[in-house]
Amino acid sequence: MELVVSAGIGVLVAAGLYLMLRPTSFSVVLGLTLLSYAVNALIFFAGRLNAESPPLAIGGANGIADPLPQALVLTAIVIGFGMTAYLVALALRTKGESKTDHVDGREEA
Amino acid sequence: MAAALAVLLMLARSTFAGTVLIARQVWLPEWGLDLALRLDGLGFLFAALILGIGLLIVLYAAYYLPEEDRLGRFYALLLAFAASMLGIVLSENILLLLVFWEITSLTSFLLIAYKHEAHDARIAARMALAVTGGGGLVLLAGILLLGQVAGSFDLSDILAQGDRIRSDPLYPVILLLVLAGAFAKSAQFPLHFWLPIAMAAPTPVSAYLHSATMVKAGVFLLARLYPALAGTDLWFAVVGTTGAVTFVYGAYVALLKHDFKGLLAYSTISHLGLITLLFGLNTPMSAVAAVFHIINHAIFKASLFMAAGIIDHECGTRDMRRINGMFKYMPRTAVLGILAAGSMAGVPLLNGFLSKEMFFVEAVENRAFQGFAPLLLPAFATAAGVLSVAYSIRFVHDVFFNGEPVDLPRTPHEPPRWMRFPVEVLVGIVLLVGIMPQVSLGAILNVAAAATLQGELPDFKLAVWHGFNLPLVMSFAAIAGGMLYYIQRQRLFDLHDRYLPNLSSPVAFERIYAAMARGSARLLALVDRRSLQLHLTLFFVFALGFGFWAWQSAAPASLKGSLAAMPVDPWGAMGLAALVVGAAGTVAYHRQRLTAIIFMSVVGLIVSLTFVRFGAPDLALTQLSVEVVTIVLLLLVLRFLPGEAPAELSAARKSRNAILALLGGAGAASLTYAMLTRPFETISGYHIANSLPQGGGTNVVNVILVDFRGFDTLGEIAVLAMAALGLHAVLQGLRLEPYAGAATSEADRHPVMLAMLMRPLLPLALAVSVYIFLRGHNLPGGGFVAGLITAVAMTLQYVAGGIDFAMSRFKFDCVRILGAGLFIATGTGLASWLFGAPFLSSTFSYIEPPFIEKFEIASAMAFDLGVYLVVVACVLLALIELGGLSRRELSPMQSGPTERKS
Repeated sequence: MELVVSAGIGVLVAAGLYLMLRPTSFSVVLGLTLLSYAVNALIFFAGRLNAESPPLAIGGANGIADPLPQALVLTAIVIGFGMTAYLVALALRTKGESKTDHVDGREEA
Repeated sequence: MAAALAVLLMLARSTFAGTVLIARQVWLPEWGLDLALRLDGLGFLFAALILGIGLLIVLYAAYYLPEEDRLGRFYALLLAFAASMLGIVLSENILLLLVFWEITSLTSFLLIAYKHEAHDARIAARMALAVTGGGGLVLLAGILLLGQVAGSFDLSDILAQGDRIRSDPLYPVILLLVLAGAFAKSAQFPLHFWLPIAMAAPTPVSAYLHSATMVKAGVFLLARLYPALAGTDLWFAVVGTTGAVTFVYGAYVALLKHDFKGLLAYSTISHLGLITLLFGLNTPMSAVAAVFHIINHAIFKASLFMAAGIIDHECGTRDMRRINGMFKYMPRTAVLGILAAGSMAGVPLLNGFLSKEMFFVEAVENRAFQGFAPLLLPAFATAAGVLSVAYSIRFVHDVFFNGEPVDLPRTPHEPPRWMRFPVEVLVGIVLLVGIMPQVSLGAILNVAAAATLQGELPDFKLAVWHGFNLPLVMSFAAIAGGMLYYIQRQRLFDLHDRYLPNLSSPVAFERIYAAMARGSARLLALVDRRSLQLHLTLFFVFALGFGFWAWQSAAPASLKGSLAAMPVDPWGAMGLAALVVGAAGTVAYHRQRLTAIIFMSVVGLIVSLTFVRFGAPDLALTQLSVEVVTIVLLLLVLRFLPGEAPAELSAARKSRNAILALLGGAGAASLTYAMLTRPFETISGYHIANSLPQGGGTNVVNVILVDFRGFDTLGEIAVLAMAALGLHAVLQGLRLEPYAGAATSEADRHPVMLAMLMRPLLPLALAVSVYIFLRGHNLPGGGFVAGLITAVAMTLQYVAGGIDFAMSRFKFDCVRILGAGLFIATGTGLASWLFGAPFLSSTFSYIEPPFIEKFEIASAMAFDLGVYLVVVACVLLALIELGGLSRRELSPMQSGPTERKS
């Protein structure tokens, strides 16, 4: 299972990086979203895979998932949305000002 | 300002009694920086000058500046400047002194650039800032070293350790650094050039900068640190020489100026040179003379500048070749101007005479050159005196007499009564001091000089008449020589024009400045190509490189750790397959944007399912809701971007990027694998054990968020709010053209079935979110999830009914809700202070409302409510703003299908 999870994260990172290096702003947004999935998952799996139940403090600490990475990732997901929204707004503004959706505000020569 | 002066006078008694008042407020003790103020004789003298002359300047400026100018801004700047100047002279801590020092540089920059429409005012301000600010940096270095050597940044300690500082090997470095800072501020040669140019400022500002403030800060520093730094040969050589050169150079150039403000500016440089020279002479009596001359110069120079301002104001020009014979038009102002100029020249019975006389005495009695040239210093002093007299005469004779004015823009007459009043007051003091020095200034000079020397005062007496002696002869020789020199001035002008036509450091400064600006622009262009792609590439390459390096340097670099592997289950394998398809699809179709979004939503879904599979229902709920709003957000954007992105130019770059991406992916995968196969120690045990007893909830994730790590969460929702506000600001007033082919039909956009179905769904969804919110403390849910669910529900109304439909029903301002949410969250934290607990402590109890089960209420719930509101407002703000773009879009080509009403 570890291999499966690692491969998944690796695929997401590779796809995210590639898209972030594209010249159009929309691709950068997509790439950043994929990359943040990967990073969130990486932090989440810092709690390892052997959880049997959600982190509810009902029956002792045995077998329940590690709550700390989950708390970290939860806010990260929401902030990720805020960042995507802001990035999108910036992209639109650039489009409005420079009439192109190239990330540098100008087409390459 | 008057109030401050009153306070100062109330404190005067203790100062004259010789005590040092120190007020201390601890600020940054670990840096040795306290907010410590000190009032001793020297500080008192300067504070009195700053406040007293400042008060007169304020009155004067009210008449000088035209009504339509924004006087509010002027006074705000002037008072800020005066306050920072006061800070310099009253600081006990030298770091604090430096802080105020820099503030005077900044505020004087703004004052000089007051007429910012004028090009030369901006140049002048920039130059003053560059020189004095640069001097401040040098001074910072000097002060830090001084503090290191003395072991304290407090003046009391530093002044007491003069011997130790002077014998330290670092002493020459400290001295030169401190002096460079002081000389830049006090316009000493060769850093003097900013001062004459700075007269582009309005005349009240010049009067203030030149007399009691700014340039006096430099000599104040010399006086302040005199006990710590002075008394060595190096001090004598550097301070004395600089002062002497500046003294003569300023006086020489002053005579050549046709602009009378220019003449006064160079005379200021010259007098500051004199003060510096006096400090440089290294005898107690010369320091007393320096302090005395600081007072006298401040008074006569302020009155001269104000008189000059009156003449400028009345004549509309400052050229002395055109302004002549003013005595006839404004006799009162003329008398005042003549008296002040007489003091500048050192005419008996005026205050300037006294301090100049003291200087002559010092020149005669100084032993430094006694060996080889006993007459060198007296001769030099007399020569310099000749020059000062000459330019003073030029000012008086050219402006007030010398025939008739030459085509002035307006006819001059006496200024308003109260505009002249400040000048009258100052000239009154000039006379008073000149005639009765001991009575008027004896006491304050004594305490100020004592504070400067921090030791025994030399025996001296202020008197007009010291008997017929060599200094008196020198005075009269200077006056006679000055007259002669003035009469021969035309010959001098000719000589100067022939041999030294461009004696101008500003030009050199500008040239260097421009060259430096060009150089740094070029350097920046080398590093920063203004390309996001390049930056990201570099960033990724370095991240990869560092990661690889870290892995290499950790010796046992086996990827596989000691944990036994978990078995692969079919769901996991299928998930991975779906994930790969999703990610690959996003990449492959990223240029067909709609398709890419669909593929990406597959990835988001798989990630949510992963969270479910590995015991994180909170995360799954959050991810799912975020997924929905993100997709809506991206779809909204698509309206303004063409459906397909243009193809890229080079295949080579694509493959380079692909290699980098694959390496990154491989690195991340191996990192994950290495982490997952290693055992770990978690700190979560504490959270799990204490969640119920201390936080009152069983959902540990939520308790961590709102209780254990509540402060982090507060920061996080603040970031979220900032992102939303940033988006709000970025989109302000933006109007975009929808790309050709975007939907324009009302009917297409809002299917009736969906609209009908969504309306009853809203209350249901809201009820669910309330439930999720309330149970969040104990079961998966909480403010974040509930907020997202509410936002999704409301977003659906927008999707179904259209933005006009929804906007007319949801009448609330998202920005306000955002603020309310932050306010509630912070308020909850602050409320715990009321109970004497640390920020964001929580408490809880159980209540039993009718009809439902026993129910727990925790103060953390109020915090969670704040989180909820911020999340709802943030999501809605983003979607409404982006959706709202379509309402103010530019109409595309009118040839497209026109809008039809359904």
